[in-house]
Amino acid sequence: MSALAPPPPAAVPVGPGAGRTGPRPTGGSAAPRPAARRRGVRLGWLRRWVSPVVIVLVWQLLSSAGVIPEQKIASPLQVLATARDLVADGTLGSATLVSVQRVGLGFAVGAAIGVTLAVAAGLSRLGEDAVDPPMQMLRTLPHFGLIPLFIVWMGLGETPKIALVAMGVMFPLYLNTFAGIRSIDRRFLEAATTLHLTRWQRIRHVVVPGAVPQALVGLRQSLGVAWLSLIVAETVSASSGLGYMINHAREFLQTDVIVVGLAVYSILGLVTDAIVRTLERKALSWRP
Amino acid sequence: MASVTPTQSPTQGPTHGPTHGTVARVRDHHRAYGDTAVLRGVDLDVRAGEFVALLGRSGSGKSTLLRSLAGLDPAPASEVSVEGRTSVAFQEPRLLPWRRVDENVGLALLNGSRTQEREQRAATALEEVGLTEKGGAWPLSLSGGQAQRVSLARALVSEPDLLLLDEPFSALDALTRIEMHRLVLQLWARHEPAVLLVTHDVDEALMLADRVLVLEDGLLAHEWPVPTPRHARTPTHPHLSEVREQVLAALGVQPVDQKAAGAA
Repeated sequence: MSALAPPPPAAVPVGPGAGRTGPRPTGGSAAPRPAARRRGVRLGWLRRWVSPVVIVLVWQLLSSAGVIPEQKIASPLQVLATARDLVADGTLGSATLVSVQRVGLGFAVGAAIGVTLAVAAGLSRLGEDAVDPPMQMLRTLPHFGLIPLFIVWMGLGETPKIALVAMGVMFPLYLNTFAGIRSIDRRFLEAATTLHLTRWQRIRHVVVPGAVPQALVGLRQSLGVAWLSLIVAETVSASSGLGYMINHAREFLQTDVIVVGLAVYSILGLVTDAIVRTLERKALSWRP
Repeated sequence: MASVTPTQSPTQGPTHGPTHGTVARVRDHHRAYGDTAVLRGVDLDVRAGEFVALLGRSGSGKSTLLRSLAGLDPAPASEVSVEGRTSVAFQEPRLLPWRRVDENVGLALLNGSRTQEREQRAATALEEVGLTEKGGAWPLSLSGGQAQRVSLARALVSEPDLLLLDEPFSALDALTRIEMHRLVLQLWARHEPAVLLVTHDVDEALMLADRVLVLEDGLLAHEWPVPTPRHARTPTHPHLSEVREQVLAALGVQPVDQKAAGAA
């Protein structure tokens, strides 16, 4: 770095994890400044934890003092204790497993349909004319509105829940993958022609990798929708899974169990998001 | 048309074997975009191993002609026919950003070569352009000149019979461009493809080509052979500067008024 170069702006993480992946200055002659900045980053992270911790502490204090009645919401300590019990007797584990399976199945079905349709529409005009109009019409339909129809068609079992998740997953994946395929720079396709690639080789080396960035955006959106769809489906009717656990607890005013269920939902959302982020880092490592 | 008596010994440059026939043949080639006629009966023969430069003002159709030869805009075989394999280096390198540099070069060999042979030939091609150490790099991490060298390696690795260069140096800085000129001549000498270089740089054409063509109003209107040996081609070379003035005049560039220039 030139001596005249202005010092880099204060390190502000621009996204989750940004502070960890960015290049770190490592000691050397200009050690004092980077070191100070590094401490600043760490302190910044710590500082961001202060207010959440304070909120939980205040919550706990108010609960202990009886200001917040347990029927409205259980105290943090009680929630923790309940979580431990639910894990110990296996309730939480089996409920989570059931919910994860529903999301997994629904996602697989929805993703398969969405991506297949996107490829069909993306690779041929005929496919586009056949597939895109109905998809564009259907995507404006709020898919939660389909619940009554799904129940009429499929009853109250597993199928309508999986179908609802699949419906939610299908559209973001379809729209983004289709847009990704169509947005591929025409000049790369021309280059493929001058390299005498076959149609299949063009798809493999140009179309698919070129569509991946946008498709990953769709993947992230669709996983968010998947969890949301599951929660709605399980809240409407379920005899197993996290939603069932929560609904069952509601009847007995067990607010601690409800909070545990909600916490597990958000942890699962965070985990899937982390998986997608890892996937993105791997798949898009060619980006500078 | 305009022609100049050669003042140097006949065609020089890399010693090629006996000239074997015509690589590209264009006959009465027409091309129109909508109602606008771009090519209006172009005739062109490119001989094996020959280096041809094609000049023309913007919109004269020189890239259109190159696209016809490259098969990007298919033309009837009666108008455009190419013997053997073509390859193209474009103005922008057009490396696939999601394939590493050596994989980009290897793409040109996907049909007909085993993986191992492909990797080996790609490595050799990268060595020829002086980028051995960049084989594992991502294209977006390269400088403009490096990317263009990779693009040349990718175009040549398949040993094309006709190499089409579409203003490949125009986006490079002046020094890099000079380096690229030398590199292209080196590679041309080694691989002996016929080359059609589309450019708007008269000096570049005169430094590199055996023959300079000017496309005007959709026709190949002018042609100059450049017999001067390449090592003797300097900007001050008397014969070349004469041709240069003629080419510029054909392109519609008014000659400088010597007196006015001197007074200024």
